[in-house]
Amino acid sequence: MTTSHRRAVLFATCIVDQLYPTVGLAAAELLERHGVAVDVPPDLLCCGQMAFNAGFRDDAYAVAGRALEILRGKGDVVLPSGSCAAMIRHLYHELFANTPFAGAAEELSHRTYELSEYLVDVLGVDDTGAHFSGRITYHDACHGLRFLGLGAQARALLNHVQGAEVVPLPGCDQCCGFGGLFAVKQEQISTAMLDRKLAAIESTKADLLVTGDVSCMTQIAGGLSRRNLPTRARHLAEVLANMVDAR
Amino acid sequence: MSQTIAFYDRVDHALHDNSLQTALQRATTRFISNRAGAIGALSDADRLRDQARAIRAYALAHLDELLPKLAANVEARGGHVCWASDGEEARRYIIELAQARGVRSIVKSKSMASEEIHLNEALEHAGFEVVETDLGEYIIQLAGETPSHIIAPAIHKTREQVSELFVKHLGMTPTTEVPPMIRTARQALRQRFLQADMGISGVNFGVADSGAIVIVENEGNARLSTTVPRIHVAIMGIERIVARMIDLGVMLQVLARSATGQKLSVYTSLISGPARPGEADGPEEFHLVLLDNGRSRILGGHYAESLLCIRCGACLNACPVYQAIGGHAYGGVYSGPIGAILTPLLQPDLPDAYLLPQASSLCGACQEVCPVRIAIPDMLLRHRADAVKAGKVNPIEKLAIAGYTMTMTHPAIYNASGKAARFFSRIAARKGRFRHLPPPLHLWTKQRDFPAPPPKSFRELWAERNKQR
Repeated sequence: MTTSHRRAVLFATCIVDQLYPTVGLAAAELLERHGVAVDVPPDLLCCGQMAFNAGFRDDAYAVAGRALEILRGKGDVVLPSGSCAAMIRHLYHELFANTPFAGAAEELSHRTYELSEYLVDVLGVDDTGAHFSGRITYHDACHGLRFLGLGAQARALLNHVQGAEVVPLPGCDQCCGFGGLFAVKQEQISTAMLDRKLAAIESTKADLLVTGDVSCMTQIAGGLSRRNLPTRARHLAEVLANMVDAR
Repeated sequence: MSQTIAFYDRVDHALHDNSLQTALQRATTRFISNRAGAIGALSDADRLRDQARAIRAYALAHLDELLPKLAANVEARGGHVCWASDGEEARRYIIELAQARGVRSIVKSKSMASEEIHLNEALEHAGFEVVETDLGEYIIQLAGETPSHIIAPAIHKTREQVSELFVKHLGMTPTTEVPPMIRTARQALRQRFLQADMGISGVNFGVADSGAIVIVENEGNARLSTTVPRIHVAIMGIERIVARMIDLGVMLQVLARSATGQKLSVYTSLISGPARPGEADGPEEFHLVLLDNGRSRILGGHYAESLLCIRCGACLNACPVYQAIGGHAYGGVYSGPIGAILTPLLQPDLPDAYLLPQASSLCGACQEVCPVRIAIPDMLLRHRADAVKAGKVNPIEKLAIAGYTMTMTHPAIYNASGKAARFFSRIAARKGRFRHLPPPLHLWTKQRDFPAPPPKSFRELWAERNKQR
């Protein structure tokens, strides 16, 4: 266990805040356990990705602009979401290009991290002391995988979960079909993509499907639950912080 | 909005077409593993892709100098050049040429540019007999369809469907064995090659410093189409140029490996003008049609990067949306991720073209495989922003985003709506989930459950925890 004197903002994201509070608590727990003092700014709500992805750039600018202001001068920013972290790191450049906030967006992008990335690459953690007796398989959320280059970090952490058998998920890098508003606007395509993901998950006979993004988790869990499949979907942070019960 | 429905109808149709689903799954799986093997076998794939991108970017930045150079070199070798600003000009040039030379029968090898300008239709309308000679193109010509993939035009057809077509149109003895099917097509096509007065081809690369055009293929039909008939017409999008012959060393490798997973295509033809005096082979006349058709408009703008595309089709194969719906559902000449970028630009009159960039989960698999690393997701996002600016927005979505923005910029509203949602969930949710939600979220719960918001938000729990400490 490291005892650095780091501080970090936990940007819990709007979906975690409203739908998955335990993911936020787990992320905070993991950071604190590894010597990071956690700051949760009460008015930090959303990164603006939903509006940006839908093409409403003025709306995204308003929402992201608030986040940018609140995060100014705050040190490291950690998100339990590859997608929202990629929004800040990759897309804020474009959103704030040729605006007075271009410099601030650039500066923020250099101190923004996805949770597993922060744990492994910044804090040097590989064993969080977690245990889970059962079979785990891991789905690579697209934005973390392709826009932040993640994947190895989560696997390294999962491989240290005591009692867990980590099995590969066939097509683990294939999109689950969530895609934000796409999931509703293109409901048929989205669920066709989900069908393939569910078939792959079923083939692993895993107890837990673990992923680093609650958006993918919502899509996958929604399918698992609708079909009464036995696998449960959980966020990586919950597993690492021992917040998942054995069944 | 009736046109809007057309796109969703096509999607619905595609998802319920079992033959299509079988064909797509077989073919894209094979393409993906072939590409992965061929790219993986390179020790320096990343460098090669960077070089390919640099070569293409250089060409686009110097089009004003390279295109005249290409044209001058073609003419110096006895060829003719037509500068066609749009499909109409290209069609007119080719039809007038065919009429002037007394052409009756035309063979064609694969060309997406010719699809783009609906050339076959125009030629047939003008009374010419046109036969596609690429096997896939021949199949869909028999079926009366359009290509559904850039390099595998009949990817949507199963072997069984092809067999039916050959039985019906070519009198083949029923079989689903591939070799006799290919023999049947070859016999039919061989006659056409020998009869044809004109051969029309596409162009993979035009080489500015030598005036050569490059055509890659695996069947030999392009070589026959461009050498047997007395006139060869090649149609080339103006962006498909490279500066120097030596650039092909990189481009041909990344193209073949990305497209089919081959080290090189079976046939790579470099064609420089008609047969010269004393040469036994080759056409009497060579015409190069340089097709703009909207490209120079794209060049200066936000989508210029899409012109780097070398039409390998890798992004189609990798795209989970393309895998699910196939090429025809897109409704444009080009399909898949690159089609979703190009169609709204090249075919702005298609009423539902603006929907194509929305039919993406932005997973990024396309950019990951693109040999010239085109930032496809960024351009899809740009298209969405342009659609919003142009007012092409679903009113419900507009309202939802307005609500979202209001909520996410006002903590008091955010907190109050969170509380309302949690109250709603206490009465309507069962076992922590919703099985039915009201419109428009009913689209979510058609095939998926939705998690009920738990009693307290993270920030509420966090505040409580900190108070206790």
